[in-house]
Amino acid sequence: MDNALVIFFGADRVLFVFFGTEVYMTHLIGAVLYIVLAPFAGGLIAGLDRKVTAQMQGRHGPPILQPFYDVAKLLGKEKITVSNGQDFYVMCSLVFMVISGAFFFAGSNLLMTIFTLTAGSIFLVLAGYASNSPYAQLGAEREMLQIMSYEPMILLSAVGFYMATGSFNVGDIVTSGRFVFPYLAGMFAGYVFVLIIKMRKSPFDLSMSHHAHQELVKGLTTEFSGRTLALSEIIHWYENVFLLGFVFIFFANGEPRFIVLGVLVALVCYFVIVFIDNSFARMKWQFTLKSAWMVTLVFGGGNLFVLYYLRAVFQV
Amino acid sequence: MGIISLLILIPIVIAVLLLVAKCDKLRDPIVIAGGIVIAGLSIYFAVTHFGIDVFKPWSGESVDFFGFAAEAQPLAESVGNVMMVVKVALAILVVVMGFKYRKPLVIVLTVIQTPLLVWFETTKGRTISVESHINVDNFSLIMGLIIGVVGSMVCIYAVGYMKDFARHQSEGKDKRPFFFFLMFIFLAAMFGIVISNNMLWMYFFWEITTICSFFLIGYTKTDEAIRNSFKALTINLLGGLSFACAIIVMGNYFGPGTLELSAVIENGVMFQSQMAAQGSANATEPIVSLIAILLAFAGITKAAQMPFQGWILGAMVAPTPVSALLHSSTMVKAGVFLIVKLAPLLGFNTAFSVVPGFFIGPGFLVTFVGGITFLFASLAALSQSNAKRVLAYSTVANLGLIIACAGIGTPEAVWAAIMLIIFHAVTKALLFLCVGTVEHNIGSRDIEDMDGLFGRMPRLATIMIIGIAAMFLAPFGMLISKWAALQAVIDSGNIWVMLSLVFGSSATLFYWTKWLGKTTAVVAGKESIEEKVHYSEWGILGGLTAFAILITMTFPFYSRGIVVPYLIGAFQGTSERVFTSLSMDNMVIMIVMVVLIIILALLFYGKTSGRVVPIYMAGVNEGDNLTFVGARQKDIPITLRNWYLKEMFPEESTNRIGNIMVYVVFAIVFSYAAFMGITLYGYVIGGGF
Repeated sequence: MDNALVIFFGADRVLFVFFGTEVYMTHLIGAVLYIVLAPFAGGLIAGLDRKVTAQMQGRHGPPILQPFYDVAKLLGKEKITVSNGQDFYVMCSLVFMVISGAFFFAGSNLLMTIFTLTAGSIFLVLAGYASNSPYAQLGAEREMLQIMSYEPMILLSAVGFYMATGSFNVGDIVTSGRFVFPYLAGMFAGYVFVLIIKMRKSPFDLSMSHHAHQELVKGLTTEFSGRTLALSEIIHWYENVFLLGFVFIFFANGEPRFIVLGVLVALVCYFVIVFIDNSFARMKWQFTLKSAWMVTLVFGGGNLFVLYYLRAVFQV
Repeated sequence: MGIISLLILIPIVIAVLLLVAKCDKLRDPIVIAGGIVIAGLSIYFAVTHFGIDVFKPWSGESVDFFGFAAEAQPLAESVGNVMMVVKVALAILVVVMGFKYRKPLVIVLTVIQTPLLVWFETTKGRTISVESHINVDNFSLIMGLIIGVVGSMVCIYAVGYMKDFARHQSEGKDKRPFFFFLMFIFLAAMFGIVISNNMLWMYFFWEITTICSFFLIGYTKTDEAIRNSFKALTINLLGGLSFACAIIVMGNYFGPGTLELSAVIENGVMFQSQMAAQGSANATEPIVSLIAILLAFAGITKAAQMPFQGWILGAMVAPTPVSALLHSSTMVKAGVFLIVKLAPLLGFNTAFSVVPGFFIGPGFLVTFVGGITFLFASLAALSQSNAKRVLAYSTVANLGLIIACAGIGTPEAVWAAIMLIIFHAVTKALLFLCVGTVEHNIGSRDIEDMDGLFGRMPRLATIMIIGIAAMFLAPFGMLISKWAALQAVIDSGNIWVMLSLVFGSSATLFYWTKWLGKTTAVVAGKESIEEKVHYSEWGILGGLTAFAILITMTFPFYSRGIVVPYLIGAFQGTSERVFTSLSMDNMVIMIVMVVLIIILALLFYGKTSGRVVPIYMAGVNEGDNLTFVGARQKDIPITLRNWYLKEMFPEESTNRIGNIMVYVVFAIVFSYAAFMGITLYGYVIGGGF
């Protein structure tokens, strides 16, 4: 990705220096492109998701642009809220989500990106708590459980990238010139598994569900309305683009064919997740936590050991 | 020598004054002025000595006390004799207490270690010449600042708090003079620990903190308090025994015998670099290894690592300022201080080993005990609803992380460890004091009872939110240090600790967030009850909050100016390269995000232009957000409870599994140490060395 941009804009150059930090052209372009385009891409993905889901369920489904119409309508609604704090936390969540994705597409440190993403998720949980509404708070508690379930695997994936490429910087990873997927196959499997939890898809749609078979009203988002609900949708769009970007870097290494492969695999993953979403009933929270941690330990941990031995014995 | 002796002497003087000052009018100004003087002194001392490579005021022929020169050797001897007398007196006191409350283990531990050390001191100890009794480097200065500033703040907070406390506990005589006496003696002893190089001196101060914490935990004299104080005493005496053994090994078997920590560390580092030159990385001299294991074990008991976490959990029966002091700036920090000090000897081979991480020795002991403790203490915290217990488990977990970093023993890891010590001290003191104030005003320390705290105590809740966020959330300091710790662990190749870090951090997220959520929840119908809070409490809480934000915003500066120079001195061949892992730009980004959060909060928090409407409920909301109309038109009140995952992570199981794993580590390390001890003894008998 960085490479493509370099080809496009000529040699990478330092734009300006911020407190001793050199900000590169490609970094800035990556971040700006994400901030501007991610909502559109995310909204389109959401629209496709709804269409495909409908087809799987034997319905016709809404137009692909429906999520945009929904959000536009929500933005125009009267401003009402149940508590003073709630809207602030949703806004903070959006800010941190956008920052996190911008870091990622600017090619920054993967761990920093993940920590910022986590902060964004925590703000959303706080928004659920702030309302002190029974459904929202239950949703918030379950969202915390989901965070606790997926977090170890996402962190381990970052560690995997570091061990395979020697850098935490997304920019270095995608231009490493090395096809890391074979070394990180276990990580990849684990990551895709927790992606279902992170995207709150069935069978792990505990905290809020977009399906009719839900028991928590709208879970975490029960008390969001109007502009705040629209913001939470937009957070989701930004988040999905970022999460699929994470799939992409398992494949991208600077060569055009692998860039194409990365995009394709990301889309296929999303399709598979939608398929799983439509073929499973919701599981209990115990299963969510146990299965996620087990997968993390077996696939993530196992992969780490393999990387360790490869590095130690074969100096790979 | 001048000021450094004041750091110990002034707290002692203040302590004695407080013992005789029987009324509030006298006590309050003494504590406040005393706290300010101690904080000021520690700051002055730190500022004037930062950057001096290693400051050894008590070495050479004479020492200078404010212009009065004294012969160094006789003076040191008389100081040593005074310490010995006090030590024996305290030992007798402990034995008497042991008989009074029938605690045979306490008696046994005391009766073994004190005579052993007295014998050593009066025989072999006399013949060993000590070059520098005191050794101050940047790390000691940082510890001094933490003790002086945070410790004094806790003491000043206690002024108002103990008034309330005495009111609540009206029966019996007012024991506050004794309480404040102990608090200041504690500070003096902590200063002593961080500047001592002569291990007999350090041991003396080490035991003083043990005795002080024993009396402070047992302050209320309830059955529970007495039981827990003896638990703390037993565990810390066990650590003391290990410390005493380390001194005796140092004195008898380390070359011609030494009492100086710096000599052991320098020698060990030199040996390592010689071995490295010969091609075998990270080998430690057996005798150094043995001493490090014994000292590290003492540190592990004091830092309340598994399986010794019981004493710090029990310590919460004491008044809250005691917990704040024990958890933040003193006691447990003495344990991590010693271990971090030993870090250059620990270390862990990054080269290939069949099972990653298994190089038996002091590094193995410390890394694994720390890593296991971090994971299982974090899991144990999930099921706790008592705020002080959550804080206690979080302390145990964070200390685990710190000593795991020290065990990794690379400069990067030690950087993370020192940063964690700094951030943890300030934030944990803040949180404990918050809980103390909440407890006095709502009558409970249970998180469930903090429902609607935001309505009842808005200012305090805001402070608490900042404190909790600073403990675990990006972009605050603790998270930055954890990030550095994770990076260092990854680079060391220790997959086990990496896994424990990754899972433990996720549990950490859960238990902090649910508390944070409870604090942020806006519950209808709550009146503010904040007016009753004592001014000294507000002053300290506000000060600590500002301090917590300040240290996050300025850490690149003191990292570069203070911590890195220490690391360069302590680790051979370290240079500025330490910071390639956590580069400057990432640090700047974090700081910019802190600023961003503050700006967002100031601009937008609570300023919704929208109409406020009732929440959704299962029936018609009565309009107060607290009751709804249920079946048969009945009014049903709602209360919301947090989630403690008790079936999944019962406290007993997490503790048991953690303890068993640590026992296995102990078994491996101590059988190795025993084997080494026997071999060494054989050398000595056979005329080795």
